[in-house]
Amino acid sequence: MKTVAIIMRRELASYFATPLAYVVIVIFLFFVNLFAFSFGALFERGQADMTPFFTFLPWLYLFLIPAVSMRLWAEERRNGSIELLLTQPLTLWQAVLGKFLAAWIFVGLALALTFPVWITVNYLGNPDNGAIVAAYLGSLFVAGGFLAVGSFTSTLTKNQLIAFLVAMLLCFLLLIAGYPAAIDWFQSWAPQWLVGGVASLSFLTHFENIAKGVLDLRDVLYYALVIVFFLLASTVVLDARKSR
Amino acid sequence: MIKTQNLTKNYDGLLAVDDLTFSVEPGEVLGFLGPNGAGKSTTMRMLAGFITPTSGTGSICGHDIATEPLAAKAALGYLPEGAPHYGEMTVGGFLDFIADLRGLEGTQRTTRLDYVIGRLQLEPVIAQTIETLSKGFKRRVGLAQAIVHDPKVLILDEPTDGLDPLQKHEVRTLIGEIAREKTIVISTHILEEVDAVCTRAIIVARGRLVADDTPAGLKKLAPSGRLEDVFRAVAA
Repeated sequence: MKTVAIIMRRELASYFATPLAYVVIVIFLFFVNLFAFSFGALFERGQADMTPFFTFLPWLYLFLIPAVSMRLWAEERRNGSIELLLTQPLTLWQAVLGKFLAAWIFVGLALALTFPVWITVNYLGNPDNGAIVAAYLGSLFVAGGFLAVGSFTSTLTKNQLIAFLVAMLLCFLLLIAGYPAAIDWFQSWAPQWLVGGVASLSFLTHFENIAKGVLDLRDVLYYALVIVFFLLASTVVLDARKSR
Repeated sequence: MIKTQNLTKNYDGLLAVDDLTFSVEPGEVLGFLGPNGAGKSTTMRMLAGFITPTSGTGSICGHDIATEPLAAKAALGYLPEGAPHYGEMTVGGFLDFIADLRGLEGTQRTTRLDYVIGRLQLEPVIAQTIETLSKGFKRRVGLAQAIVHDPKVLILDEPTDGLDPLQKHEVRTLIGEIAREKTIVISTHILEEVDAVCTRAIIVARGRLVADDTPAGLKKLAPSGRLEDVFRAVAA
């Protein structure tokens, strides 16, 4: 656990040592507000809640989270520091987990910086703040799922752009699998059990309740499993590349 | 000490390291020689646990690199080829990071950090980010991280590459100083270095061990008595 914390600290510090962190946060906040207030019609709905804000979040994650995760391993491999890191007395799992946690804290910070939206809603009405806290927590888990996918794609290449694009594609497929149009298309040819299976694997299916502020244990468990699965996949790839 | 037994690395049909067996004892400084692409770095990377051998085994201080990788890595100080680093970190921050990973604590941590910073003359650049340093300083930072935990075994891949003559001399003096109670392997293609620091040298070519002797013994292999001619004869 101590080793994980050491890796995490270094990784988190390195986010802020380059302009990338600030650029990502500024762009994230720009789009969050654009989506929530303009497209989401947060004002015009006449309801004091943040549902439009949370509904748009996964789509925003789609291109911001891969930008945060792409460097995790690709950069280490590109500049050779991966050799320095992996010859220290640590396990692959400790390194993968430490880096992932740093990225997760970073995204958590970006998410926390959306608090003006929350303040606005509270200023204008009396929202269910418990539901909003639940939706924030849920959104953090969703971000974790996206990040774990990004960690995995970052181990596959030393090219950060490829890591970014492949993460975006994988996350998109995981999202879209639960989209009504995609489900309809599936239903036209696939058996019902497969349609249900694919839909239940989707990020979106497990986000619907979260966006409404309902934190269902099954949804949280789903995202926790996604995180564990893709982090394990990251260690498998790193290990395979040692014996290539 | 270091032991390898039939160590082999096969990259999709390319035999980078072919059935290498050798051992290095405490007090020895082994020069690992060979032309570029002979398998020097691959061998060192396998011993350091960065890549997995195709077959054969190796051990650091009795810890098998396959079955006890963490113990083997803990006993080892390793300078990878080209001294890779985290460019955005400061020298001080980077050495703190390595000291943490190596589990150094309390006064021992302070003593060791002070020692390596002083010994490798890193004080003037301690607050600078590594990417802003000259090649010589980067190499010294790499050496500092390799010895900060006072390891029993040191594997240094081209430790003097890219240094000026004065810095080369400094690094050789340092290796000589710590050599007595340690097991050291350095790879190089600078033959004068073998004379300067090594007690023994092995030459590899195309992944195979082709010569293993003291520098003086190796020289006898050529009529001219020059290491350069021996190298050319056995490595060709």
